[in-house]
Amino acid sequence: MSISFAMAGGRQEATRDVTFSVSPGERIGVVGESGCGKTITGLSLLRLLPEDVAHISGRLDFMGVDLATCGQEELRGIRGRRIGMIFQEPMSALDPVFTVGEQIAEGLRAHGNMSRAEARDRALEALRSVGIAAPEKRYHAYPHQLSGGMRQRVMIAGAMVCNPQLLIADEPTTALDVTVQAQILELLRDLSDRGNMALLFITHDLGVVAETCTRMLTMYAGEIVEDADVDAALEHPLHPYTSGLLRALPRLSARRSALPSIPGRVPVLGQMPAGCRFRQRCPFAVDGCERPQALLDAGNGRRVRCWRFGDLALPGVAA
Amino acid sequence: MNEAPTPTLSVRDLRIEFAAAERGATVKAVDGVSFDIFKGETFGLIGESGSGKTTIGRAVVHLVEPTAGVILHDGVDPATLSSREFRAARRAWQIVFQDPNAALNPRSTILTSVMEPLAVAGVGSAEERRVAAVQAMARVGLPDEIGARYPHQLSGGQKQRVVIARTLTMKPELIVCDEVVAALDMSIRGDVLNLFAELQRELGLTYLFITHDLSVVSHISDRIAVAYLGRLVELGPAEAVTEAPIHPYTRALLSAEPAPLPSHMRTGARILLEGEIPSPINPPSGCYFRTRCGHAVDLCVHRAPDWREIARGHWAACHFAEQFRDEETAASAEAGAKHQGG
Ligand SMILES: Nc1ncnc2c1ncn2[C@@H]1O[C@H](COP(=O)(O)OP(=O)(O)OP(=O)(O)O)[C@@H](O)[C@H]1O
Ligand SMILES: Nc1ncnc2c1ncn2[C@@H]1O[C@H](COP(=O)(O)OP(=O)(O)O)[C@@H](O)[C@H]1O
Ligand code: SF4
Ligand code: SF4
Ligand SMILES: [Mg+2]
Ligand SMILES: [Mg+2]
Repeated sequence: MSISFAMAGGRQEATRDVTFSVSPGERIGVVGESGCGKTITGLSLLRLLPEDVAHISGRLDFMGVDLATCGQEELRGIRGRRIGMIFQEPMSALDPVFTVGEQIAEGLRAHGNMSRAEARDRALEALRSVGIAAPEKRYHAYPHQLSGGMRQRVMIAGAMVCNPQLLIADEPTTALDVTVQAQILELLRDLSDRGNMALLFITHDLGVVAETCTRMLTMYAGEIVEDADVDAALEHPLHPYTSGLLRALPRLSARRSALPSIPGRVPVLGQMPAGCRFRQRCPFAVDGCERPQALLDAGNGRRVRCWRFGDLALPGVAA
Repeated sequence: MNEAPTPTLSVRDLRIEFAAAERGATVKAVDGVSFDIFKGETFGLIGESGSGKTTIGRAVVHLVEPTAGVILHDGVDPATLSSREFRAARRAWQIVFQDPNAALNPRSTILTSVMEPLAVAGVGSAEERRVAAVQAMARVGLPDEIGARYPHQLSGGQKQRVVIARTLTMKPELIVCDEVVAALDMSIRGDVLNLFAELQRELGLTYLFITHDLSVVSHISDRIAVAYLGRLVELGPAEAVTEAPIHPYTRALLSAEPAPLPSHMRTGARILLEGEIPSPINPPSGCYFRTRCGHAVDLCVHRAPDWREIARGHWAACHFAEQFRDEETAASAEAGAKHQGG
């Protein structure tokens, strides 16, 4: 799948050849620097990008339905029902003029023919299941009356109430404190384990991925550069960018030593270098890296976008 | 025995209250905090949002008036200075915030922004200010030609360097760093943290480093203080606080930090806290942490624990701090023995 935007200077490709699959019960973490295409990839799966400027090419196959081309009717049946989504800033996704309970119950009634009382009971149950104490009281609260962690739980309750087969979560804990984050991560893991729900978890926090996900997709400048089991990616990254991100983590360097960083910055849209997009920042770049890089099969279900992966022994977190 | 040096900064029983949105109510943003910071030290301050970190930082550089308590710089209370002396002295106490965009005027060139504080303070001639600004930019690794650019033409890391350069023109001795890398991408956080460390070594700077990121604070700090609802719950050498924490809140905070480690290297059970930080308008009675603490007993409801030294240089406020310290000592002795035996 590729996403491009119509911009002043012409059409710009924001992501290119993003190909992956997620199975029931699998939890995929999507990581990478700001602007590398994580959010728009998530939004595109629900066709939530502005259709007038954004163009999606490729296939988005959800249990036999191509989400990129299916009709609005079919899309509405899937969006919010079989695929749920939670966002980084819950305030923008919740309607300030309705109580949180009403919003969840309304969402339910919009999708199935359900009585008011039944929707109310299911909404209360959903609030309870995400760890909200005294849900009968919270049902009547407006979003601004709740703390950030509480609002995020309400969002999750709203997304979970229809038992989606896939949940897309875009930085759902970035704005929260670590103790509240730990509660939310536990909740998401638990929901996916119990309900066999697939999870696409977008974050820039590798610790969160390590604790929550089974697989890790690393994105750089609009492309997937590595796809591997979380443990494998952390211990033996195959792409120099993944390795660089892992080495930049403060926790793993000796106290007060200099931290490694990745020099330079992500190329901006419209100025993508030909060949390997990481080339300007890669310490292993050689002649040959100026050729376009395909996402290569690295065995054991791993994929990597670097032709040198077999020659490089890159440090991971354990090194 | 040598006499202890005068701390660069002494904070004594600092209290700061704000009028809350609800009529008549007050927010106790800082509720009796004391600590010292010594020259050349990096003092880390951690805690969840709303715990009062930013308010403490702002008070230290006199951007907010304490409701009670004193703040001494090199043993001197700025309240005793004439307003002229105070204006000159306060240049040595600077603060850097999280968002470099908010700190830089989008319509000013970088050089103008870096020179601005000197111009406001009326220091030197225009040419002297330009030279000082260019030097400060070189100091933080920004080439000359960046001076002609505007903020939107710079990356986040470069903008934060500009803000640091601007601070350096004031020749500060103490810098409060409030979440200075939080807005930066992980790949360049290291760069900015390395810069802070380098400036400290070369210029003898003292830092009050505020963050909610435990991996950052444990990497750079000499000592760490942990804040909860406007009070300190623990303070000690960085190793002790991160590796042998005494207070139940510190333990929960550390165990909540997601570790970027493969499953077989992850250790330790997680202490999951229930609920969220209570409102500072209406804090719990007794120990402020009791509503979320797994060890709370009746005593914790009725009496606030004393802030006391539990081990050398290691302070905590919990009724059972001595017991938790002994458990921690026993656990690490056991781990040591196992290590030796194996
Ligand atoms: N509506 C739009 N029009 C034009 N360009 C866009 C639009 N939305 C996103 N982009 C561009 O697409 C690229 C990817 O953006 P995206 O929001 O997916 O990044 P991200 O990886 O989620 O970053 P972050 O970590 O900051 O959230 C960026 O270069 C962004 O500027
Ligand atoms: N100017 C203000 N007016 C009213 N309340 C404030 C003001 N500044 C801070 N507070 C409150 O004081 C408490 C501590 O805030 P702050 O110091 O910003 O915490 P932190 O930096 O640890 O997140 C919070 O409850 C906050 O809402
Ligand atoms: S293709 Fe070359 S430049 Fe790109 S990541 Fe591999 S080694 Fe580095
Ligand atoms: S004083 Fe009581 S409630 Fe407070 S931290 Fe100690 S055990 Fe917990
Ligand atoms: Mg995003
Ligand atoms: Mg703050």
